[in-house]
Order: sequence, then structure tokens, then C-alpha cells
Amino acid sequence: MTPNPALDAGEDPRVAAFEARIAAGESIEPKDWMPERYRKQLIRMMSQHAHSEVVGMLPEGNWITRAPSLRRKMSLIAKVQDEGGHGLYIYCGTETLGVDRQELVEQLLNGTAKYSSIFNYPTLSWADMGVIGWLVDGAAIVNQTILAKTSYGPYARAMIRICKEENFHKRQGYEIVATLAKGTPAQKAMVQDAVNRWWWPSLMMFGPSDTDSPNSGELLRWKVKRKTNDELRQRFVNLTIPQVQAVGLTVPDPDLRYDAATENWLFGPIDWAEFNEVIRGNGPCNKERLAARREAHEAGQWVREAATAYAAKHERRSTEAA
Amino acid sequence: MSDSQWPLWEVFTQGDHGEPFEHAGSVHAADAEQAMQNARDVYARRGEAINLWVVPSTAIVASAPSDAGPFFDPGNDKAYRHPQFYKVPKGVKVF
Repeated sequence: MTPNPALDAGEDPRVAAFEARIAAGESIEPKDWMPERYRKQLIRMMSQHAHSEVVGMLPEGNWITRAPSLRRKMSLIAKVQDEGGHGLYIYCGTETLGVDRQELVEQLLNGTAKYSSIFNYPTLSWADMGVIGWLVDGAAIVNQTILAKTSYGPYARAMIRICKEENFHKRQGYEIVATLAKGTPAQKAMVQDAVNRWWWPSLMMFGPSDTDSPNSGELLRWKVKRKTNDELRQRFVNLTIPQVQAVGLTVPDPDLRYDAATENWLFGPIDWAEFNEVIRGNGPCNKERLAARREAHEAGQWVREAATAYAAKHERRSTEAA
Repeated sequence: MSDSQWPLWEVFTQGDHGEPFEHAGSVHAADAEQAMQNARDVYARRGEAINLWVVPSTAIVASAPSDAGPFFDPGNDKAYRHPQFYKVPKGVKVF
């Protein structure tokens, strides 16, 4: 589907007025008129983002019972709870576009919705908890800091709220990484192995390269996105490499080098075939994640029913008393 | 019993004593009590609020952006409602 902005603009004078508002830096609110494509793109992007937060609870939830200390366990529980909260902030923002929460949840459960490819990789060691907080949440911060200036008001406000909390996630992750990196040889090897496994999937989190990103042009024009995927990816690498060096680790990229002219850390080619496979549902954990999500939803059915019955009972009593 | 979607509630938080309540977002809940608990768990995990309001979303009446011009117009052309409208003798501290 290639959008045709010229045709849209020709059809409806409101499009031009809408684009003028965007150009002037105004934010768009739920009751404002917006082109149907803008609404659809936002629903797609925001619901994928919300699903990612919810599915993102699973790889880390895997380690709560095996955290090495009470301090680490408390932090991890709080982080996983935050991810659930982030999903709720964004679902609530998505609903302002006129879509039902239940519909979005069903799309996730029946496998038609997409979510971030990163969460389809397994968490094999405790070091993964550190590396996820540091790299995965670090990448999310780079992405979300820019999204906090997105043109759709409810999305921007959800991002501001989320960014404040992500900094805790990143710091607790980096603390785990730094602790293991200066630990025993076995601990250092464990954390290096985790970096080796998570580095490339973290770079893939920013999405396809600009030359191959079907939605980017339109999203940039409407200021839903403020920077391209490649710009954000480069920013993440530039921020992260000094942090890698500070704890004496390396990234699995023989082509990595600093380019003094552009002040960028240049990195090697990304394996987009792997990215596409994971997106298509063939990553190492896609099926496991969805199965866990469905199980959680079904196992929570009785709680939802009980809350509904309780509310109905109280409603009935208050009507009878009146 | 099939899965039904609970009603939507808008959440307002007061950050500190003396501050106004601000819209934080929304939650789904079966009743007011659960809406309050969900609002606390979603919007006040780090001491962001000392008070909460939850309001059924259907109870909110909002102005229409398409009528914003004429609707707010009565407040836009009355310069005499601002202190800068008034001239005072030079050198006198009025406030």
C-alpha cells in the first residue's frame, strides 16, 4: 500500500489544514480531525509498541525466581511491573484513536499483531537481565526520547511518562553488567556471552534500514517519527560503545571503528534476513511468548469474572437500598 | 461467560499539596473501587500522586476542536482584562 499524499490533499482541504498544523509544530489531540492514514498508522505503531511492552515482561519474568539476591529480585519485579504499566499507558493512548482495548488484546493473542522482534530471543543466563536492561531498554530510551516529541498528543504524553521510568531500567541493567564484568572469570565470560547474543538484535530494534522502511516517509512527514531508523540506530551505537569500553567488554562486530570525520562509531552490516524471519514468527521464542501470553490471559479469566460479578452485586445492592 | 471489556475511567492525579489535579490517562475497571486501585498501580508507582480522581469517561463533556475559534472568541478580544492595558505614572511601583 503506497499512500498518495497528492491525491489525499486534492480530495480533502482538511488535509492541507492538518499538515499546516503539523508543520507549525502543533500537537494533534483525539477530537481533532486527522487523515484516516494518520489514524491508522498511529494505531498500528502504538498498538505494536504497547504489545512490545507487555510481551517484554516475559523474557525477564523468566528470571524473577532465580535472581541472585533479594535486592536484584526486588528491582526485577519492579521493572517487570513497569513494563506492564508502560503497556497500559500506550493502550490507553491508542484507545483515544477510537479502537477498543479488547480488540487490540485479541490481535496480540491470536498472533495477528506484531511486537518488537527483540522479545523473541531467549534469556539464557542471569547476565541477560543486565544486558536487556542496559541494551534493550537503552535502545528503547533512544527511540522513546524522540517519540516524546511525536505529533500525536496522547502518544507523546505516554512517552514522557515512560522515559522517566526507563532510566531506572537502564541503570539497574548496567549495574548488573558492571558487577559481573569485574567479577570472576566465569562471571565476566557469562556477561560477554550475553552481550554477544543481544548486540545485533538490539540494533535491529530500530527497525529496517531507511532504504527499506515502507512506512518511514509518511510518518516523518506527519512528525509521528522525528528521526529515521538509521539515525536513531547510529545514535544508540555512539552512546553505547563508550559504556561497553568502560566495563572492559566488547561487541561482536569486527567492522566496528570510530570515524573521526563524522564522530560516529561505524558498524558492520546487519543480518536483515534474521530480522525478517523473527518478524515473520520464526524467531527462537515467538511461539513460546504467545503461548505464555495466552495462558496468562486464560488463567486470569476467573479474576475478571469475579471483579465483574462483585461490581454487579454492589450495583444491585445500592439500587435496592435506594 | 465471554470476555467483556470493563468501562473506561479517566484518571486525574494531584502531585503535591496545593497543586491542581491533572489528567494522567485512563484505566479499565469494573467499578469505582477497582478503578481507584488500578489507577494507583498504573499512575502512582513512584509517589507521583497524593490524591487521585477517577471519573467514568462517559461523564466527561469536552469542547469541540472544530468550534474552538468562535467558542473561545469572547476571551480573545478583551485586552482590558490584562494589567498591561492600564497606564500608570512612571516610577510608581504598583505591585
